[in-house]
Amino acid sequence: MFKKMTMHNLSRRHLLILFLGFFPLLLFAADAIQGEVTRQPVNITAISMFLAFVTATLGITYWAAKRTKSTKDFYAAGGSITGLQNGLAIAGDFMSAASFLGISGLVFASGFDGLIYSIGFLVGWPIILFLLAERLRNLGKYTFADAVSYRLQPIPIRSLAACGTLAVVLLYLIAQMVGAGKLIQILFGLEYHFAVVIVGILMIMYVTFGGMLATTWVQIIKAILLLLGASFIAIAVMYKMGFSFQTLFASAVEIHSKGIEIMSPGGLVSDPVSAISLGLALMFGTAGLPHILMRFFTVPDAREARKSVFYATGFIGYFYVLTFIIGFGAIVLLVNNPEFIDPETGGIFGGNNMAAVHLSKAVGGEVFLGFISAVAFATILAVVSGLTLSGASAISHDLYASVIKHGRIQEGEEVLVSRISTVIIGIFAIFLGIIFEQQNVAYMVGLAFAIAASVNFPILFLSMYWQRLTTRGAFVGGSIGLITAVLCMIFGPTIWVDILGNAEPVFPYKHPALFSMSAAFISILVVSKLDNSQTGKDEAVAFEDQYVRSQTGLGAEGATSH
Amino acid sequence: MQHLYKRIYADPEFHELERKRGRFSWLLAGIVFLTYFSFILVIAFAPQLFAKPVVAGMMMTWGIPVGVFVIVLSFCLTGVYVYRANTEFDHLTRDIVEHVQKDDNA
Repeated sequence: MFKKMTMHNLSRRHLLILFLGFFPLLLFAADAIQGEVTRQPVNITAISMFLAFVTATLGITYWAAKRTKSTKDFYAAGGSITGLQNGLAIAGDFMSAASFLGISGLVFASGFDGLIYSIGFLVGWPIILFLLAERLRNLGKYTFADAVSYRLQPIPIRSLAACGTLAVVLLYLIAQMVGAGKLIQILFGLEYHFAVVIVGILMIMYVTFGGMLATTWVQIIKAILLLLGASFIAIAVMYKMGFSFQTLFASAVEIHSKGIEIMSPGGLVSDPVSAISLGLALMFGTAGLPHILMRFFTVPDAREARKSVFYATGFIGYFYVLTFIIGFGAIVLLVNNPEFIDPETGGIFGGNNMAAVHLSKAVGGEVFLGFISAVAFATILAVVSGLTLSGASAISHDLYASVIKHGRIQEGEEVLVSRISTVIIGIFAIFLGIIFEQQNVAYMVGLAFAIAASVNFPILFLSMYWQRLTTRGAFVGGSIGLITAVLCMIFGPTIWVDILGNAEPVFPYKHPALFSMSAAFISILVVSKLDNSQTGKDEAVAFEDQYVRSQTGLGAEGATSH
Repeated sequence: MQHLYKRIYADPEFHELERKRGRFSWLLAGIVFLTYFSFILVIAFAPQLFAKPVVAGMMMTWGIPVGVFVIVLSFCLTGVYVYRANTEFDHLTRDIVEHVQKDDNA
């Protein structure tokens, strides 16, 4: 047994060293080919800074790999992360390249409207803290399905939760992979497929070898770099404006083609139903993201779990205020600046989402452009690692260990299965990233939020707050929520009209959450009420024990006393 | 453990604490929910309210300070909750668990 373990560790370590040595070679070999065929120049500063990040994070992965042995190490970093560290890691997990580049791009394109998204992404956090975080920490072990199946039957509940998790993870992953490929094409001058493969291989390395510990530190480092980079851009913009918002806004209005309209809400949310539906998806979707919920098991107790949300809300809120300044700064400094304007389109090179990147060059020169490019790549890596780990835990912990093996499984076997799942998800993500290269993937994050808000959030919330919730109610209602969200999206304006080219949408609204969440909640309530089975009654009785544990932390995973 | 859970569940002080804590967290959640959806509804129904300058002749429109206020409020309320939960509520919880355990051993 002992001999087998050391051999296993040795081979892991060797692989890592092998890869560490090989990676730069791979990258430069591809550069040489790339430099001749693409229009984009290879950005040496950006690549060296990115390589520094990769080397540092692989070093951390090597360190983490030695400390990752049990399931608790693999899924929850041994429960050893502090509140502040977890707050930073949550911020690193949540502030995707889509928020950084997408929201500053949105502000660049339409001004005030960008702020609507920022606020929506933020307000889910207080809700998570007030209603979910400590109960989740006290009831669960590694995944949010642990908490839901505390008193409900594990097989149907974990199957449903795993579907909800995998749907969210895969949709999010596709969007990130495609985004990564395109971004790296522009930033580093590397080929799309190559970029997707690099992202995939790195995330597989971090997660397979270093588990949650490596993932956490990748996210922490990325969060710090992103916050520093965004602060620098925003301060530089304000410096150029003499630290006057009046000057910033006045110059932006003067220069922008939409003029004064950029200072007020525009066409982004036009009808009230879409507005409310989008609002619900952003607020409650955040509270149902499996890779975020999983982070609450990395801290020792409910007290640290609470603190981590406080820090995370601060970092994320600060970051969104910065993106707003960055977007306006980009209007002032990039529009009319021939260096950044593509003569073919009349807009900036690479589209509106590149606003923050170009701005970094405008205020900080080549070196800072390299830094921000590397940060953008690091951002994607941190987010996809969190997603992959969450998907792998749904397969190994929820499906394999609980549904297939009924909990009768050795620690080592479960860790092995999660490592294999990580590799499979990683390869699958690379494959999907390549397939979806030419597709419009912007709707996928929206759909992921809608599913999280209509499946994961309702079953988790009601399992904690409603004594009469039964397995049958949660399973039927959660499934209806999932199906409704997917169907509304397929038959709605985004897919049915914009992608499939039909004239009229069957379902008229862009954002399904209002309908899919209502469908989920109503069907869970009705089916649970109608459920007169004995198991349903037993589950209502078991609520009392669950309630005490969720509130006191008595018997909770990793509790030091009692 | 099951036995302890039953004892705590039967303890009136536990329910008193839960009522207090429940009221507090739902109050804060309600404030965030109402503020956010008021913001969204103004954008949907009366966007011109947010288009007005804060001070006549200034570029800053009402939408911007209100939006930043929603962000700052969210952060401050999480701080308020964490402070009270990590001190008052945690102490009360520990007291209840300890006295139930003591009664149990006696």
